[in-house]
Amino acid sequence: MNNFLLLPIIIPFFFAMILMFGQKNLKYQRITTILGLIISIICAFALLFNVKENGPQSLTLGSWPVPFGITMVSDMVSALLVLTTLLITFFIVWYGFGSIGKERERFFYYPGVMFILTGVNGAFTTGDIFNLFVFFEVLLMASYLLIVLGGEKAQLRESIKYILVNVISSALFVITVAYLYSVVGTLNMADISVKITEINQPGIVTVIAVLFLLVFGMKAAIFPLYFWLPNAYAAPPIPVLALFGALLTKVGVYAIMRTYTLFFTHDLAFTHELLLVLAILTIIAGSIGALAHFDVKQIIIYNIVIAVGVILFGVAQMNEVGLEGAVFYLIHDMIIKAALFMLIGIVIYVTGTTNLKKMGGLMKNYPSLGWFYLIAALGLAGVPPLSGFIGKLLIIQGGFQAGNTWSSIFILASSIVVLLSVIRIFIYAFWGEQGQVSNNINKTTFNIMFFPTVLLVFISILYGVGTEFIVPFMDDAAKVLSDPSIYTDAVLKGGN
Amino acid sequence: MKVNNVILQFTAKIVFFIIFFFAIHIFFAGHYTPGGGFVGGLVTASAIVLLIIAFDLNTVQRLLPINYVYLVAIGLILALGTAAISMFVDQPFFTHFFDYFYLPLFGKTSLHTAALFDLGVYLVVVGVTMTIIQTIGDDE
Repeated sequence: MNNFLLLPIIIPFFFAMILMFGQKNLKYQRITTILGLIISIICAFALLFNVKENGPQSLTLGSWPVPFGITMVSDMVSALLVLTTLLITFFIVWYGFGSIGKERERFFYYPGVMFILTGVNGAFTTGDIFNLFVFFEVLLMASYLLIVLGGEKAQLRESIKYILVNVISSALFVITVAYLYSVVGTLNMADISVKITEINQPGIVTVIAVLFLLVFGMKAAIFPLYFWLPNAYAAPPIPVLALFGALLTKVGVYAIMRTYTLFFTHDLAFTHELLLVLAILTIIAGSIGALAHFDVKQIIIYNIVIAVGVILFGVAQMNEVGLEGAVFYLIHDMIIKAALFMLIGIVIYVTGTTNLKKMGGLMKNYPSLGWFYLIAALGLAGVPPLSGFIGKLLIIQGGFQAGNTWSSIFILASSIVVLLSVIRIFIYAFWGEQGQVSNNINKTTFNIMFFPTVLLVFISILYGVGTEFIVPFMDDAAKVLSDPSIYTDAVLKGGN
Repeated sequence: MKVNNVILQFTAKIVFFIIFFFAIHIFFAGHYTPGGGFVGGLVTASAIVLLIIAFDLNTVQRLLPINYVYLVAIGLILALGTAAISMFVDQPFFTHFFDYFYLPLFGKTSLHTAALFDLGVYLVVVGVTMTIIQTIGDDE
């Protein structure tokens, strides 16, 4: 049987359990975590190539016939996202060895990371809408632990807001699933898709579509619902922030992408138009925030909001080019956001401040850090050989194809704002007079933080330069998204 | 003034066993009647909480020297292990197995791997509830 697609979920889960033993033994904790991540990454690679060879894989738990059991589906989109998630977490955990601090490491930091991985990979892989809710809760519970772990004043304050917002959105999620269940009478995502096509999406299903946008938009931080994100993400230490910034909002984006390409495809004039408008407003709100702040953390955090808008703009086009661009940009953004947070983490470590105006002249003592930051910044903005280019290109091409000329030009213009916001960090922190420098910089700690960051920047460069190799995978992903019947056939007919 | 809790403590000692056996009953009855690992675990935890109320935290910790965090981990491993058995015999994850056995004393009995999964749930519920109560109770 095809149990293989479960391994990227089960392995982190198992390692999280055995990490609950030996809480004080740092060596055991670190080695076990790294081992678990490496095994999961190998499995995710094998899964990716398996999906490439044999098409979408599906497995219904407990040998039940298809719409009655929980189905797990690994198509190209989810296989790519699972692999990216595991790779990024590997580098962030490595980076954390230098910066997370022994106190946190002794208090269930690593089990928390592994449980978050279980939730994220599960949410990417599941084919059941209620199971998606459960995996959302798994990753949110683990993120509550990580956001409050350490118990600093800011963390305590922001975790209350974060938990409150997420509890409300989770309750809304349950209510929305209840509405959907009472209309279509099934929870299996492929089956829901077929049933909605049969009844040809009456008004109530469109209402449910908007409710889903509300729920997932709160998790993904789209325009009117992003208010909680900037402060909540600034509270935890940098490795946790990198993990959140790279993974959590992207799960919400994935869920919007999945529901809007699989379920609600019959009233595009309303649902996808709404998504388009919200995506544009999200980009505007993010751009304003990114330019307004002089705090390095806040600048990158607002860039998350911008990227969410850009990806959802690609989804709203609902043509194959736009969707391919959205998947390209989604994975690029996960990698580059993790890399950028890790880079500014090093900058903060070296200068001892998050205020841009106090920094300066780092280029003299840390030239390699400066150049890698510049590469990551240009990659984020989408300068051609680097990773952000092809995704945005395809998204805009999709926009023109769908006839949204002005909004596509607007996306192009937003790239300039993104570039301006991150280059400002480069100019203020690396050029000019020598600014504030932290007086206890440990060379080993610096190196532990620096190497994984450099490797991640290299991966982002490879992702941009080696687009040729990635395109076949992305083509498959875009096909699955733009033609729901591939997905439903794989589940309802393929898996038995 | 020294408070004498003799009646409360004496009653608690007896009632503890009644509640505990009721919890075991609920746990095993779960397949055919209302009940199961979750309620069973909660009722067991409430029995231990009764002891904590009647005596105090340290006495109960000496009485039941259990690290409840490990209990959670063991419960999770048991649940995952039960679900994973089927992976090794080439069935989809979470496939359960059952058969009828002739046990001495019980006669013809159906044994189901779902009970093992439920035991995992039971241990996790007891572990989590007791961890919460002990941690809050310990807090100065």
